[in-house]
Amino acid sequence: MSVACLVALAALALLGGCGEPQFSDAEKKTIASLALNTLPSLKPDTTNQYADVPAAAALGSTLFFDAGMSRGGTVSCSTCHKIDRQFQDDLPQAVGVGRTNRRTMPLAGVARNPWFFWDGRRDSLWAQALTPLENPLEQAGNRAAFAHYIKKRFGERYERIFGRLPDLSTAPANASPLGSDAEKAAWNAMPASQQDDINRVYANIGKAIAAFERSIEPEQTRFDRFAIDLATGAKPEGDAALSPEEILGLKLFIGKANCVTCHNGPRFTDGAFHNTGVPPVDGLPPDRGRVDAVAQVQADPFNCLGKFRDGDESACRELRFMVKDGPQIMRAYKTPSLRGAADRPPYMHAGQFSTLDEVVAHYSKAPPSVEGVSEVHPLDLSDRERAALVAFLKTLSD
Amino acid sequence: MASIWRYILAGLGLAALLVGIVAVVYLTLPHSASGPDLSRSKKTANGLFVASFEPERGVIRQGELQSWLLTLKTAAGAPVEGAAITVSGGMPQHNHGLPTSPQATDYLGEGRYRIDGVKFTMSGWWQLHFGISAAAGSDSVVFNIVL
Ligand code: HEC
Ligand code: HEC
Repeated sequence: MSVACLVALAALALLGGCGEPQFSDAEKKTIASLALNTLPSLKPDTTNQYADVPAAAALGSTLFFDAGMSRGGTVSCSTCHKIDRQFQDDLPQAVGVGRTNRRTMPLAGVARNPWFFWDGRRDSLWAQALTPLENPLEQAGNRAAFAHYIKKRFGERYERIFGRLPDLSTAPANASPLGSDAEKAAWNAMPASQQDDINRVYANIGKAIAAFERSIEPEQTRFDRFAIDLATGAKPEGDAALSPEEILGLKLFIGKANCVTCHNGPRFTDGAFHNTGVPPVDGLPPDRGRVDAVAQVQADPFNCLGKFRDGDESACRELRFMVKDGPQIMRAYKTPSLRGAADRPPYMHAGQFSTLDEVVAHYSKAPPSVEGVSEVHPLDLSDRERAALVAFLKTLSD
Repeated sequence: MASIWRYILAGLGLAALLVGIVAVVYLTLPHSASGPDLSRSKKTANGLFVASFEPERGVIRQGELQSWLLTLKTAAGAPVEGAAITVSGGMPQHNHGLPTSPQATDYLGEGRYRIDGVKFTMSGWWQLHFGISAAAGSDSVVFNIVL
């Protein structure tokens, strides 16, 4: 043992050495903010008085998996949101009754979002659920038919939760303000009170499904075990120990590569809309993202300011204070959570990239957006850095 | 025996010395003097008003819609009533705007205006610009907020 050796040891100890990963205090703080244990408990949804009613969630779960909830009886929510596939379908664009223009979104933690869909054209989980039910490419149903179906199949369960079903004996079998010409005509011929009755049943279908979806939450991964150990000063053991490559990826993610500016918090999303220069898909109709969603959410009769909301209007501040125009919302899409992403290619709002390597290469190059201005700037990452980012993203899956 | 203790002592002494040096270097380094002005109370651009900007509940929470209070006084210290206030802003280093569009929603008396719908979705440097029109004239002010 020489003095020199002791000096070296002291210096190593000072640098936090001894083979342990080195993170600055700022980095440690950021890492802790990404760990799942910082996820707050789910806030009540005052716009849906049934949100935490177990019987409503049970009915919602039945409806979620029931192909009877579609024209032709072949498509349910779970056709695209598959329970054993993180509630998505591994396709670049979802396929229901027809082929849609967007990728199915996974649902872990979905109830925590302020906005729904890639472009946020709905402002509550229950209003969201009503959209695929009537979309001709998804479940292709119509609200009058859904009301009759609920009465026939689930009348008793429905009434135990929501109270008496309206008299539907004079309501047309098929009618909706959004349907085919015949369905629209049938809808317009209905007295306003009957339209209201059916809209009420329809909104309750959404509220039951939303109650079920609130239980879908993200699960702890290797990254979380690592982050908790780092925060508590314990030495990460076993699979909680990240490899040097994964640690490099984590450092890039929260540092030089700036990923954490948008993919932040325990869900790895800021819940906001950004143009990241993802190219459109040839052959699909024009898609301008958030900029076109603003008018749609404002016009939705089931939005927070509409009459089907429970509770008071103070719950509607997201809608009230949303950004309605400006260049920043052109081709802006909602930042997706990255939890579980490694296990569910393809990526982006229309499945533009088929691997994480392609995703990271996109951020490294940061091409300009076809319309609007991309917020991401070229990172010029080396091969090693790109691989490290991908390796880190995988720690959010296993 | 004794010699091992000597080495350990020497080691500890050297470690302490190193800590000292690092501390001195750290304390004497200039501290990001170039950062934005973070004051929560300041004169407006043309000196017409004195504006203060504070979160209504005292703390800033990232990712949450919050209300703030903008308090306006004249240079002489009188509360400014009936002001028309416009709000804009963004993140100068990311060249994007605010994720929400905050508005002056209520006048609370004594020159205090509630600015509701403020949300900071990421950490970093944010700016809020206020355009203020009142009896005394029109002026503007920018507040920097670093999360
Ligand atoms: C045909 C496939 C398909 C069906 C059926 C379907 N979805 Fe989806 N889902 C999608 C696609 C695609 C998106 C994204 C669409 C978009 O952004 O325009 C999506 C988005 C969502 C979202 C938004 C998630 C988020 O983070 O914003 C929720 C919630 C959801 N679906 C729930 C449901 C429910 C509930 C049903 C049944 C009532 C349903 N979906 C039926 C394909 C489907
Ligand atoms: C300016 C905000 C922003 C930054 C910075 C950012 N992202 Fe994203 N990210 C998004 C948005 C928005 C999308 C969805 C874009 C779309 O579908 O068009 C996305 C999508 C993704 C996806 C696809 C997830 C899925 O389910 O489709 C991955 C993976 C991803 N980002 C990783 C990263 C990594 C790694 C970095 C850092 C190199 C990064 N992001 C930086 C906003 C951002």
